[in-house]
Amino acid sequence: MIPLSHVLLLSGVLFALAVAGIFINRKNVLLLLMCIELMLLAVNFNFIAFAHHLDDLAGQVFVFFILTVAAAESAIGLAILVVLFRQRRSINVEDLDTMRG
Amino acid sequence: MIVNLLFYVFAAALVASAIGVITARNPVHCALFLVVAFLNSAVIWLLLEAEFLAITLVVVYVGAVMVLWLFVVMMMDVDVEKLRQGFTRYAPLGALVALVVIAQIATVVYVRRLGLEDTVLVQPKPAGYSNTAALGELLYTQYLFPFEVAAVILLVAIVAAITLTMRRRPGQKLQDVSKQVAVNARDRVRVVKMDAESRQ
Repeated sequence: MIPLSHVLLLSGVLFALAVAGIFINRKNVLLLLMCIELMLLAVNFNFIAFAHHLDDLAGQVFVFFILTVAAAESAIGLAILVVLFRQRRSINVEDLDTMRG
Repeated sequence: MIVNLLFYVFAAALVASAIGVITARNPVHCALFLVVAFLNSAVIWLLLEAEFLAITLVVVYVGAVMVLWLFVVMMMDVDVEKLRQGFTRYAPLGALVALVVIAQIATVVYVRRLGLEDTVLVQPKPAGYSNTAALGELLYTQYLFPFEVAAVILLVAIVAAITLTMRRRPGQKLQDVSKQVAVNARDRVRVVKMDAESRQ
C-alpha cells in the first residue's frame, strides 16, 4: 500500500514547483500556462489519492471534470496567445500593458 | 513491496521532469518535459487504481492537448533570451515560495494528520471489476448533470477557440456557399444546336 501522506507530499512538491515556475518564468506567457497545467495535475493527484484511500469513486469523477476544464482552458488560452502573437509579435508579459493594469 | 518501489521511482521521475519544465531554456523542451511529467503521473495513477483516468491522461492530455501545445510553441518564433531576463534574479524568490508551500503542505499532512490513518488496507477488488464501468455508472447516474455541463464547456471552448483565431485576410479566396447552392443548371450548361458532322 502506498501511504496517503507520501502521495499528498508528492502533489505538494509538484504544486510548489509550479508556483516557483510562475515566479521564475514570469515573462513568458507560454511557460505561465504550462505551470498552471502542472498545478492542475498536482490537484488531481490529491483527488486520486483520497479516492483510493477512502475507496470512494467520487474523487475520480472530480478528476474527470478537472481534466475537461483544463483541456478547455488550455485550448482557449492558446487561442488567445496565438491572436496576441499575431498582433504584437511577442509573448512577453511586459509588452501587454495596453490596459494599464 | 513492488508497488511502493515503483511509486518512488516514478515520483522521482515526475519531480525531475517538473523541474525540467520550469528551468528548460527552450519552450519546446519545456513542453516535452511536461509530456514526460504527464506520462509519469499516468503510471502513478495506475498504481493508485485509477485505471480509466490514467489512460485518459495519456490519450487526451499527451495525445491531444500537448500536441496542440507543441504546434503553438513551434509556430511562434519566440526570442527566448529576452524572455529569460530576470531568471536568476527571481530564482531565489521562486525557491523560497516553493519551500514555504512545501512546508505548509507538509505541516498539514504530518502534524495535523488529517484525522485519517496513513495506510489503510483497501479491500482488493474482486476479479472482473472494471474501473471504467464503475466510473461510467457513477457518471451517467449521479453525476449526469455535471457531465452535461462539462460537455457544454467543451463546446464553448471549441467555439471560442475558432472565433478567436479565424481571420479574413485581404485577397483571400473564399467560397460563398449560398451562391453555390443557389446556382441553376442553365447558368452553367450552354446547349448548342448544330448539324451533325458528315462522315468523312
